[in-house]
Parts: sequence; structure tokens; C-alpha cells
Amino acid sequence: MAIHKGFSIRGIGARTIDSVLRLGYATRFIARTIMSSGTSLRRPRLVIRELYFTGVLSLIIILVSGLFVGMVLGYQGYYTLQTYGSESALGVLVALSLVRELGPVMAALLFASRAGSAMTAEIGLMKATEQLSAMEMMAVDPISRVVAPRFWAGVISMPLLAAMFSAMGVFGGYLVGVVQIGVDEGSFWSQMQSAVDFQKDIMNGVIKSIVFGFAVTWISLFEGYDAPPTAEGVSGATTRTVVTSSLAILALDFLLTAFMFGGV
Amino acid sequence: MQRSTLDLWVGIFVMAGIGALLVLAMKVGNMTGSGSGETYALSANFDNIGGLKPRAPVKSAGVVVGRVSGISFDNEKFNARVTMNIEKTYKFPKDTSASILTSGLLGEQYVGLEGGGDTVNLNTGDKIKQTQSAVVLEKLIGQFLYSKAAEGGDKK
Repeated sequence: MAIHKGFSIRGIGARTIDSVLRLGYATRFIARTIMSSGTSLRRPRLVIRELYFTGVLSLIIILVSGLFVGMVLGYQGYYTLQTYGSESALGVLVALSLVRELGPVMAALLFASRAGSAMTAEIGLMKATEQLSAMEMMAVDPISRVVAPRFWAGVISMPLLAAMFSAMGVFGGYLVGVVQIGVDEGSFWSQMQSAVDFQKDIMNGVIKSIVFGFAVTWISLFEGYDAPPTAEGVSGATTRTVVTSSLAILALDFLLTAFMFGGV
Repeated sequence: MQRSTLDLWVGIFVMAGIGALLVLAMKVGNMTGSGSGETYALSANFDNIGGLKPRAPVKSAGVVVGRVSGISFDNEKFNARVTMNIEKTYKFPKDTSASILTSGLLGEQYVGLEGGGDTVNLNTGDKIKQTQSAVVLEKLIGQFLYSKAAEGGDKK
């Protein structure tokens, strides 16, 4: 569909139509992916292979970033709280901010740039080198063979990575707050335990990370599948994956937070 | 179907993820005791414990000597029963008194122990007889108003 694009009124209309068209195509794409994920269930090895690439290989960056974010929270939280003489609430501050917000969001942003971009590039290149068409020629559905396992691997690994990020962050906050600065250990943990609710805080964080995992993998897979089959097209698609995923994560986070914690 | 190192790594990954979730669920919780060292249990009844929480510190002369291990309601005396674990290295005489204090104006509450002059020490399971409740701000204001009113009455 070659509509002339420029800085004219016609161009604005063309862009609008184009983006709505892409959104519709993306929705059809994810629906087909979910419908044809039977192969992934019958052959779990396909998903396990993708879990290795999306999950295991993202472990280092997730754990290290979690540790550093937690340690920074420890310093900043202590610096502010000690003005009010309530540095014993440091555990609450670190744990709640990690479990509710930073864990799911930061892990998803890192996941998008680490695993999402790789997925886009892989599928985009498969398309550019006509591997996907070759599969179709051999009566192998590329969606169920290539796309669906990656999708499920992303959705499964995201909450696990976010949980690890949060746990590592709490440990980082503990290292700085208790071990280095010397906040009382008992009140650090006891106040944290009495303030953090399993249903309200931890489960909501897990739900957030599942939604982010869904969104990020969807965007990455679609951008890869829809990429123009050229070197330039694949590189543009990879960039778009990271940008769109990051925006989607932050916007979804706002919506989910308003939905979960905004109510009376 | 063959097993490979890939399966091992994915297994480790999934286990670590579920482990992290569990750790979060327990909130790195139930880390019994304040770490190293053996402890012995003491208990005390308070009329009002205010905002005291389990695992709050037990201090004597400002030194942390143990942790509150449990808080429950005494059905016979209608007051709060606080049990605490004191480290074995610290000894207290029989006539030790316990009070609930607050660190700072808005800080957390802790149990303060003050040793007496008895020659016999407290042992596992013993009860501290002399206790002083937490200061409840509303009651304090009430008492203040009451005494002010009484003063005004005297003048007449």
C-alpha cells in the first residue's frame, strides 16, 4: 500500500490510516499466534530453547541492575528518612518501591532492550533471508514454529525476571542500609514484613510483569515479522521495538497503577 | 528426547525465579533470631503494648540484647503477653523491670529492660513481674486535661 507521505494534510491522513492498519494487523498477528500455540504445547522443547535465550541470558543484567538499584535506593532512602528520624522505615521504602514499581518496570525495560531487540532482529533476518517463506513452502507454519514459542517464553520469563530483580534489590538495600550504614536489622525486616502485603503488593507486581511480558514480546515479534526484508528495514524494526516497548511499558504501568492503587 | 545443558540452565532459571517469588512472599521473612548465638525466652505482661511488633528489639541501657518473639492476648488477665528471646550472653536479675519505650518522637517501639539488685538471675521461661505499659498519646492528653480541670476546681 503505497500512499504518498509528506508534510501535507494528505500525509497526516496517510500516516493515521497506516498506523491504524498496522494496529489491526498486529492484533490479527497476536490472535493467530495464540491460536496456533498448540505446537509449543506439544513440543515444549521449542519453548525451553527460547526460555534459554530470553530468560537465562538476561539473568546477569537483571540481577546486577537489581542489586545496584536496591543499593541506590538504600542510600537515597536513608538520606531522606534520617532527616525525620525514621530510618528504621528504610526496609519498607526499599521493598515497596521495588515490588510495586521498580521491579516490574525496570525488569521489563531491560528485557525489552536485551531480549526484545534480539527477537526482532532474529525474526526480521529470518524474513529477509526468506527462511520464513521456505518454511511455508515446506508446509511448516512459521507462526506456530517460530513465533509462538518465543511469545510464550517471553510471557513466562518476564514475571520470573521481575521477581528476581525485586529480590535482588531488597538484598542490595539490605547491604547498604543494614550492613554498611547500620540501620537496625530487626526493624528493617519487621517493618518491611508488616508493611508489605502479599495480595496487594506482591501479586499486583506479578500481574504487572505478566502484562509487560505480553506487551514487550508482542511488540518485538510483530516488529520482526513486519520488518521490511532489507538490512535497513531490520535495523529500523529493532530500534522501533525498543522505543515502542519502553513507551508501552510506561503507559501500561500508569494505567495498571491507576487501576490497582488509584481506587478508593 | 535428550537432555542437554540447555535444560539444566532453563531449570536453574525457573527455579531461581520461583525462589525469588517465594523469598518475596515470605518477605525475606521468618529469619528467626537476630543471627548468631543461642537465646533464652522470657515473658512479660503489659497492660498496653501500643505499637510494639514482633521482632522489635529488646534493649537494656541502649544495647540490643534480644528480640520480641511473640505477642498474644492473655485471656485470664485481659492484657498483652509479650515473649522475647534474650541472647544467652546477657544475664538479668529476678527483679528486672520491663517497659515499652519509643526511640525518638516518631520512631519504632521497643522493650527496655532495667536490671534490679537481686542475686538470682532470670532463667528460660521466667516472667518479668514489674512492667510499664507503652505511653498512649490520647491517654496522656486525657490525663493532662483532667489535671488541668482539677486545678481550676481547686482555685474556686
